[in-house]
Formats: sequence, C-alpha cells, structure tokens
Amino acid sequence: MADKKVLFKIKRQASPSAEPVWEEFELNWHPGMNVISSLMEIAANPQTKDGKTTAPVTYDSNCLEEVCGSCAMLINGRARMACSALIDKLEQPIRIEPLSKFPVVRDLAVDRSVLFENLKAVKAWVPVDGTYDLGSGPRQSMQNQEMTYPLSRCISCCCCMEVCPQFNEDTGFVGAAAISQVRLFNAHPTGAALKQDRLAALMGDGGIQECGYAQNCVEICPKDIPLTQSISQVAGDVMKQAITDLFRK
Amino acid sequence: MANTPKIIVVGGGLAGLAAVIKIAEMGGNVDLFSIVPVKRSHSVCAQGGINAAKNLKGEGDSTAQHLDDTIYGGDFLANQPPVKGMCDAAPGIIDLLDRMGVPFNRTPEGLLDFRRFGGTLHHRTAFAGATTGQQLLYALDEQVRRYEAEGKVKKYEHWEFLSAVLDSQHVCRGICAMDLRSMEVRTFPADAIIMATGGNGAIFGKSTNSVVCTGSAQSALYQQGAYYANGEFIQVHPTCIPGEDKLRLMSESARGEGGRVWVPKTPGDKRDPKSIPQNERWYFLEEWYPKYGNLVPRDVATRAIFKVVFEHNLGIDGKPMVYLDLTHIDRKTLDRKLEGILEIYEKFVGDDPRDTPMKIFPGMHYTMGGLWVDYNQQTNIPGIYAAGECEYQYHGANRLGANSLVSCIYGGFTAGPNAVRYAKNLQAAPSNGHFEAEKKRQEENNALLVSNQGDENPFRLWRELGELMTKNCTVIRYNKNLKETDAELVKLLERFRKVNLSDRTQWANTSVVFARQLYNMLQLSRVIAQGAGMRDESRGAHYKPDFPDRDDKNWLKTTKATFAPDADEPRFEFEPVDVSLIPPRPRKYDAAK
Ligand SMILES: Cc1cc2nc3c(=O)[nH]c(=O)nc-3n(C[C@H](O)[C@H](O)[C@H](O)COP(=O)(O)OP(=O)(O)OC[C@H]3O[C@@H](n4cnc5c(N)ncnc54)[C@H](O)[C@@H]3O)c2cc1C
Ligand code: SF4
Ligand code: SF4
Ligand code: FES
Repeated sequence: MADKKVLFKIKRQASPSAEPVWEEFELNWHPGMNVISSLMEIAANPQTKDGKTTAPVTYDSNCLEEVCGSCAMLINGRARMACSALIDKLEQPIRIEPLSKFPVVRDLAVDRSVLFENLKAVKAWVPVDGTYDLGSGPRQSMQNQEMTYPLSRCISCCCCMEVCPQFNEDTGFVGAAAISQVRLFNAHPTGAALKQDRLAALMGDGGIQECGYAQNCVEICPKDIPLTQSISQVAGDVMKQAITDLFRK
Repeated sequence: MANTPKIIVVGGGLAGLAAVIKIAEMGGNVDLFSIVPVKRSHSVCAQGGINAAKNLKGEGDSTAQHLDDTIYGGDFLANQPPVKGMCDAAPGIIDLLDRMGVPFNRTPEGLLDFRRFGGTLHHRTAFAGATTGQQLLYALDEQVRRYEAEGKVKKYEHWEFLSAVLDSQHVCRGICAMDLRSMEVRTFPADAIIMATGGNGAIFGKSTNSVVCTGSAQSALYQQGAYYANGEFIQVHPTCIPGEDKLRLMSESARGEGGRVWVPKTPGDKRDPKSIPQNERWYFLEEWYPKYGNLVPRDVATRAIFKVVFEHNLGIDGKPMVYLDLTHIDRKTLDRKLEGILEIYEKFVGDDPRDTPMKIFPGMHYTMGGLWVDYNQQTNIPGIYAAGECEYQYHGANRLGANSLVSCIYGGFTAGPNAVRYAKNLQAAPSNGHFEAEKKRQEENNALLVSNQGDENPFRLWRELGELMTKNCTVIRYNKNLKETDAELVKLLERFRKVNLSDRTQWANTSVVFARQLYNMLQLSRVIAQGAGMRDESRGAHYKPDFPDRDDKNWLKTTKATFAPDADEPRFEFEPVDVSLIPPRPRKYDAAK
C-alpha cells in the first residue's frame, strides 16, 4: 500500500509547430488524487519516470470544481474535465492528451477561442437597452426558468465539439454548444428580439444542417445539457424561418 | 484630453466586467486584460446567491436593514457611506441582471425568489440554482461580448498584468503586461486603469478560490506605492472538502439538516469511522456549545475545529480534518434536501456521504482586505481604480454570505464611470520614457528567472508558504507565531532568489509565470502577517486568544500598509473608520440582534 504508484503517459508538445512526444511519469499514490492535482505534483518535482528532468506540463485550469470549463483534455481517450477525473477511477497507465480538434498551444493547453467567436456570430446575449434603472425584468414562469437554467450551465469546455463527427475544418460546423445557446436566448422574452438573426446565422454551410444527429455530444457533456433536444428544436425553428424567408422573397 | 477615453480594465470577473459595461455604455474604449478567458474567471464558483433587499416576501426588509446587517456582520470595520451606497443600489442591480437574462429562480407568480443566508433574518438572497456566480458572470460576459462585436472592447485574454506604468509625478499612464503564450512583455497606454483581479487564496496554498487568485497584481501595485488595506482580515469557511489541489466548499445546509461534527477521541485512530463506537467519538461542538451545537456561527465553528486539530492534535489520521456526519439521517431525506451538495462530495472525493462521514476542514475562503480605495474606488495612485474582491471597501472585518457578488458589481459600476470622468480631465504626461523603462524592468525580471542557477523549485516553495500562512495567519493568531511567520517569510524570500526553473523556454512557460506570482505572494504575505501581529484585539475574522475582545478605543481603524522599497518590507499607518451612520455596538450572534 505504502509504495503504490500511479503511472501517467502524457503527450507533450513544446509549441504549436513542434512534434509531439510522450513522456512517462510515476507518482506515489495517495487518496483523493485527480488529474490536475497530479499535474501540480509533477510541477513540484518535474522528473520523468526514468529520472530525466523535464519542464512542468502546461495545461489550463482555474476553478478545480468543474464549473469554469478550462481543463478539458483527453484522458484515456475520453474528452473530459481533468479536475474531476479521479485517479482511483481511471485505468493505468493514465494516458493524457490535448483535445485533438483544437490547435495545441503547448502540451495539454489548446486554443478554444472558436467557441467564443461562434457565440458572437449567433448573438448569444439579451439586447438590453442599457444599464440604467429600468425597473424589474419581464415576469417568467417557473417552468421557463426550469427549462433555461440547465441550458445556461454550459461551461464552454468544447467537449461536445471534440467528439462531434461533423466538427472539423471541412464543415466549419458551429457545434452543439452554440446551437444550444441559440435555444437559450431565443427562449428569453427580450432575447427573442434577435431570434431571426440567430437563426439566420445557423443557416447554410457550417450551420445546423451539418449535424448528423450522432448524439456523441449529449453523451459526453459534463453538465448533462440536453443538446440533442436543443438541436432538434432549433433545427425546426431554422426550417420554419427558411420557409418564411422563401415566401418573403 | 482625448475625446474617447481609453480605459484598461484588468480582470474579467464580475467586478471587471461590470466596469467594462459602464465604460462602453458611456462611449469609452476598453482594453480588457485577463489571465484566463473572462468567462472562466473565479466568479463562476459562487453558488449561494446575491443579496438585495427587494422585500418580495412581505417581511418588511429594507436597504437600511441590509446596511445594518452588513456593518454589524463586518464588526464595524467598514466605512459606512460606501456600504450604504451598495445596499441602496442592490435592488436595482438585481433588476438589471434579471433583464440581462440571468435565470434566477422564480416564484409561482413569476417573480424573483429569495432565500435566507447567514447574518440576516430576512429572505434577501436571489439565486439561480446552485450556480449563481456562474449565471451572473455569464450575463455580464454576454453583454461584454456584444460590445466586443461592436468594436468598443478589445479583449487580451491569456495576458497577465505585471505592473502599472507610472510617470515622474507618480500618475498612472498605462500598464505593463505579458502574453502568457509568446511570453512577450509589452506596455499599453491608458488614461486610467481599473484593477479587478479578485482575491488572494493562493497565498494560503489551498483555499476555496480558483487557481489564478494569487493576489499577485495587487501585490505588484503595493510594491509600486499603492496602499494595501486591512490585509489581516481573511475569511475562513468552517466546512470545506479538503482536496489534494483545493478546498471545495461544503454548504452550511449540511449542518442545518442535522449533520454532526466529530473526531475520534484517540489520536491517529485508523479505524473505519463507522466502526468507532459512540463513546469513542468526540462531538466537540455539541459539548462546548450545548445550546447551538453544530450550528454555531461560522467563525466559532471554524475556531473550534482548529483547536481540536492543532491544539488537541485530534485530526483524523493525524491530518487536519474532522468528520461531518450525515449517515444517521435516512437516504431519502438526504436526497430530498441535500442532493446537489452531496453530489459534489461524491464527484470529487469518490465516497458517498450517505454511507460514510464526510471529511471536512475549514478553508481560506475570502479576502476582506485589499487595495485601499477612496469612495470613488480610486487608489492613492492617481489613475488607478480598483473594484471587487481585490479592494477592501465593503465587508469590514468579516463578509456576510452573498454580499460579495453585489459588492463586485456595485464596485465595478462605480469605478467605471469615475475612471471615465477622471480620464476626461487628465493632463498629458510630462514624457513617455516611463513605458520603455517599465518594460525593461519586467523583461529583466523574466530573464533573471530563466537563467537563475539555484536549487529551489517555486512550486515547492509555494507549498511551504501555504502551510505556514494557513497555520499561523488564519483562524487563531498568536503574536509569537506571527513574528516567527514573518521571519520565515523573509527566509522564503531569500530562498526565492535561488529558484531554478527546469523550463527555460520562451513559449507558454508556466514556471516563469508562477515564479513571478510567487514572489508577489511572498511580499503580500508579510503585509498579512505583520498587520495581524499589530492588531492586538479580536474583531470579525481576526481572533487573538490573548486579546479576545474588540477594542474600539484603539483599533476602530483601517490598517494601511505601504511598501518601503529600501527596507524591502511594509510600513503601517492607521486611519479612523467612518461610522457616521450607525454607532458601533457589540456584535453577538448568541442572541437575536
Ligand atoms: C466557492 C465560493 C463560493 C462563493 N459563493 C459566493 C456567493 O454565493 N455569494 C457571494 O456573494 N460571494 C460568493 N463568493 C465570493 C465571490 O465569488 C468572489 O468574491 C467574487 O466572485 C470575486 O469577483 P471579482 O470580480 O472580484 O474577481 P474574480 O472573479 O476572481 O476575477 C478576477 C479576474 O482577474 C483576472 N486576473 C487576476 N490577476 C490578473 C493579472 N495579474 N493579470 C490579468 N488578469 C488577472 C482573472 O483572470 C479574472 O478574470 C464565493 C467564493 C467562493 C470561493
Ligand atoms: S448530434 Fe452528433 S453531429 Fe450533431 S452536434 Fe451532436 S455530435 Fe455533432
Ligand atoms: S454543451 Fe456541454 S460539452 Fe458542450 S461546451 Fe457546453 S458544457 Fe461543454
Ligand atoms: S478547472 Fe475549472 S473545470 Fe476543471
């Protein structure tokens, strides 16, 4: 028990253009370890399994309680949040790689700014008149809140995009997260003012039509967001909008 | 000055984003800097809610009551007029957030729902499920994204503020920052800057805070001449889940539903907790406080746990932990009332708290002190404003639950417009040479770190710092230990000179970044330790057994630390507290107020 070890294989890449290499690390086991705490330990003693001094692993993290969305990576091949990946529940050696569909910055840190750009494109906001005092907001039923709140818990981790067969450079597909945000903002009494713009942004190449309903997204989402439900609802709205547009021409 | 004021906001948590929105709305131009993409800021962690006396429950709540609860809860250390401003503005802030689309919980009639929180008898806390901070941050983030799409805001994410650029008159003219990927150091001019860089939990090693909450930016400014106020006031939450990497919050409601706190009576008892018979368990809270038992106020519970662990050496398995036991309550009741928080425990610890007692320990939670600001949120350096957890203004000696989110937004809403007004009246700088000089100074710091030949690892030094500060500068404070702590901090600063980074590259080098933060943490730690040493009284979160009472005669004062560069250590002065609205009275939670 005392000298139980945990073995890691980590894919390292010194820069966006460098060749990836694998390094092995061995840590002493202790209770409660997770992938981020292990990476912190490696930083405090940056040596590979065979005693070679190396650089601490670069990775993104912040909240360490699965709510900021920073630490998505591939752990034993599965896209997930590293802070909630408990070592005791993982098969060893634990293979850790960066997400594969986003440009690598260094080691496990990738550039996921594409999602933030997509959120801009679909106008994922409520167009308030201003921040001066305009009294209370529109009344909303408990039922509406119970529908929107889960959608609003998306942490922008991009796991749903990583596992989506349609999300790649060829399609330019916006991905499930942004589509689900369209549903969220269209459901808000004031947010609905931009509904047409949002639906228009999802038409054509890279839009909602790219989705093949493979459902990988909804299975991987760490926040259990009903993504396929969102996709079919928004797809229906896009279709209606397209038909309306057709008759307006 | 220029028609379009240029303001730099550092930090994209609630406070920073609130400031950005006001500035953009006033027609100003904003450069927004943040270490993490702003949507991933620490504000996402807040669970409980946000306070505002909307009085929607027919309880006769009022903003005056909110003010009184806040001042009383803060043990009369906060200047009262700004707190009044915040409490008066809070209902309007909730309305605005509601209009921005925050999915607040609703009543059957479709109005906002409110819950109870510590330190008040009213339902004053609006909430969005168990992730209120996340929901508020997203609402502001979305509004900022809208301004970004309109070209009024430019984001510099994955950039770290290193220092302010000050001219020969000591007026702020911009900032020096580093791209955390290319490691490029660059200066950015601005008419005014607003700091919104959050708390400093990382100084204590493990805390409930996020990773980037190091206080490094505040410390850098303190070393450049800004006052740092009330540094010794640190809030410790009694029930956190100790983790390898952080302390995750375990809500008070676990005890509210009947959870019992205990330790084995035998030191180092290695038995499975459930096999330890009742008479070999010590329910110390119930024994010491027969009337309130496990539901004593936060600071009392925290102190008791510390005493059991550090003075009686009875932590579980010799480690700093005690049991919080729910296993005597039936599963159905637990699931109905506590499911959300029990899931957090399950997810991160891997044990089911319905079967096994939870292991908990108090954890550093909130930084009451911070950059000194005036009632306009301006620091003592002209052109530098501050808002949110990084400044000291609203919570006195102890923050009430759900008051931080509102103080962040109110602070940002105050700082933003004031910075714009300041910028409009600003005279041109005497010269521009200060930019180059500041850049050079920071580049030299980096070069030194990368080339340094020594034998210290910054991550290991940090662990030592965290253990030292948690042991001596949190819950129970003794002057002897505080003195020794400061001496240890000096030693750690000396050892810091010998850091050796195994990463000497020039791309996304986290070791360089962390080492810089560590240095600033060490400097700020001395402010905390020495400030605590001087304040010979007990007030709010600051508790000295040798001086157990509040001493208004000598200590109804704000602590202000300034950095003495020659001596390389803090100097202190004290400022009377503005108690013009509510005369101080004793603070007691063992009876109704
Ligand atoms: C677990 C937990 C639960 C909480 N629950 C509640 C609650 O229910 N109600 C409540 O009122 N309060 C709560 N709080 C407190 C509250 O969440 C925080 O006080 C508040 O969110 C702080 O917001 P902020 O805007 O000041 O800073 P933060 O949200 O911490 O943001 C700081 C920003 O500064 C940036 N930054 C920092 N340093 C630099 C630098 N050098 N250069 C560039 N950028 C930098 C970061 O990237 C980030 O964007 C809770 C706190 C914790 C830890
Ligand atoms: S349903 Fe399939 S194709 Fe559509 S977004 Fe999800 S993973 Fe991609
Ligand atoms: S929808 Fe789920 S998987 Fe996709 S970004 Fe949001 S939280 Fe992550
Ligand atoms: S660090 Fe925030 S989600 Fe893992």
